[in-house]
Amino acid sequence: MGSMIKILNETAIPVTNPIEKPCILSAKNVDVFYGNKLAINDVSFDIMENQITALIGPSGCGKSSVLRCFNRMNDMIDACKVTGDIRFAGQNIYDPKVDVVALRARIGMVFQKANPFPKSIFENVAYGPRIHGLAKSKGDLEEIVISALKKAGLYDEVANRLDESGTGLSGGQQQRLCIARALAVDPQVILMDEPCSSLDPIATAVIEDLMESMKENYTIVIVTHSMQQASRISQKTAFFHLGDLVEFGDTETIFTNPEYEITQNYISGRIG
Amino acid sequence: MPDYALNTSENTRRRHIKEVRFQWVGRIAILISLGFLALMFIAISVRGYSVFEQTHIQLDIFFDEAHLDPSGARDPEMLLIADYKPLLTTALQRRFREVQERREKRRLYKILSRGAVFALGEMVQKNPNLIGTSQRLWLPASAEVDLYMKGKVDVSLEEELRRLKNKEINWVNQLKAQGQIKKKFNTRFFTKGDSREPELSGILGAVIGSAFSLLVCFTIAFPLGLLTAIYLEDFAKKTLLTDLIEININNLAAVPSIVFGLLGLSIFLGVFHLPRSTPLVGGMVLALMTLPTIIIAARASLRSVPNTIREAALGLGASKVQTTFHHTVPLAMPGILTGTILGMAGALGETAPLLMIGMVAFIVDVPQGITDVATSLPVQIFLWADSPEKGFVERTAAAIMVLLSFLVLMNLLAVFLRKKLQRQW
Repeated sequence: MGSMIKILNETAIPVTNPIEKPCILSAKNVDVFYGNKLAINDVSFDIMENQITALIGPSGCGKSSVLRCFNRMNDMIDACKVTGDIRFAGQNIYDPKVDVVALRARIGMVFQKANPFPKSIFENVAYGPRIHGLAKSKGDLEEIVISALKKAGLYDEVANRLDESGTGLSGGQQQRLCIARALAVDPQVILMDEPCSSLDPIATAVIEDLMESMKENYTIVIVTHSMQQASRISQKTAFFHLGDLVEFGDTETIFTNPEYEITQNYISGRIG
Repeated sequence: MPDYALNTSENTRRRHIKEVRFQWVGRIAILISLGFLALMFIAISVRGYSVFEQTHIQLDIFFDEAHLDPSGARDPEMLLIADYKPLLTTALQRRFREVQERREKRRLYKILSRGAVFALGEMVQKNPNLIGTSQRLWLPASAEVDLYMKGKVDVSLEEELRRLKNKEINWVNQLKAQGQIKKKFNTRFFTKGDSREPELSGILGAVIGSAFSLLVCFTIAFPLGLLTAIYLEDFAKKTLLTDLIEININNLAAVPSIVFGLLGLSIFLGVFHLPRSTPLVGGMVLALMTLPTIIIAARASLRSVPNTIREAALGLGASKVQTTFHHTVPLAMPGILTGTILGMAGALGETAPLLMIGMVAFIVDVPQGITDVATSLPVQIFLWADSPEKGFVERTAAAIMVLLSFLVLMNLLAVFLRKKLQRQW
């Protein structure tokens, strides 16, 4: 009987605040070790559905490590060990029963450096749906690809050259291609690891607009080095420093009235 | 007052000299190595090119039924091994009527190759209607006559010291004056196996032997090496054990090839009793030798595929195996293939391990399969270089030319594949 209740509790989606949107990702007492080195120290925070959450902090503070915990990309690194409790829609993602392939289909990722496959634009986007068997026919697949490219705001630019190499696009287009590729798998959450760090301001603005419109259907977690970007696009901000989560809250509060001096110093550019 | 001078100072002048000096040292080094290479190619070609022509003598042969097939049965087997020698002696005697003495007759017969009788045998077997007719045929001359025709006999030497005597030279010159002796393209060299007679020996047996050995070697070493490399690079956790394996693979690549030959001798022949002197065992030994090369090349090119590609695929929910076989391996393929082809080229030139497993035997027949006894190109070169007959000198050089052309072809293939399959990321 007791175990029944436990299972029910685990599968139920926890609602933290009736006014707030439901929490889709939550981290509780998360530690990340690289070998013996503690990189993330006891981090706990919740990510709300259909919001943009920004993770900020100086280089080496561990914000990327936290981001990579959410879709278990850290599994790739032999020496990396994650402890604590990370839940996606109430399910512990580090549970042995969780299929990491399914997890990554739910939680997509866009990387710092645009990394299209050295294949055609179409093949880049079609790869995800193909391996997950999302398309029943060739027509289906085309539909998924085109819709993903449209959602990523790239379709108009590449409509007549879908069979050209994805690596031939400009930096900003490549990054949007990677976003389209992630969207084609139809995830709930998209993790973005400094997606604009190598882009010019115009390409950055295009991607920020895109994120703004994506927010309606997806939850976005973004790691960024740009304070302005975090304040422009995010609803929640988490400030990390030396592996600690210093502050987490509404972006407006963090940027106007932070609780800690170190946060104030960082966002105003005095350190970092 | 700040110094705005842009002219050369003592210091920069010395640096410029150093730069120019270094460039010249490099150029000279390249010139020297190219010079050696050219020297080798020229030396070999000068010795070997004459093989492509072979001296033939024109004779009127009467296919006498009484000699060849008195019973008239026309049995192909019997036609092949019938006694053709009298046909040749008769034809020669009719051509040189002045030769009467027995010993001289015997000498006269020796201007023809021993292969002439086999040539007639094959001809009659193919076309029994020749029997009873008279034909004007070009028949292979002996190795001594061939060498003379190619200007490789020093006629100023005392007769005692020459294998080709004055009489024979006289006969050859008579034939030459009448246009009844000439050099024709040597198809035999490219279509036949080895022989004790230089003028009858060919390279095909060795080429096919090498091809079969390489086929076996590739079939074993490529999949094994590729999978080992993939597992070690993308799947195995880095532990003390994998480190040990890595060190051992690197060491294996440096083990002298004769050791692999001894291993093949004691394991493949001694324990498993596989057929001796065959491309099967040769290929297996070469595979052992090539395996570390392929693993090292494959690992290096797998490692050179950027991790961002793996992350992209994993991030989309591809499994590890999908990531590896859909993305990493195809991208690493040009490097893997280049490494493999270079490894195979090394195996093609390998002699020592093949000596150990008995591929050094004298084999006349062209092998038909991987379990037929065979020799290989480098071993054939070794065998011919070791033969006392003077006619084998040019054949050794020609065999080296054939081996080198195959090596050049394989290297060109590697370059071509690398260019063709190269992709950017």
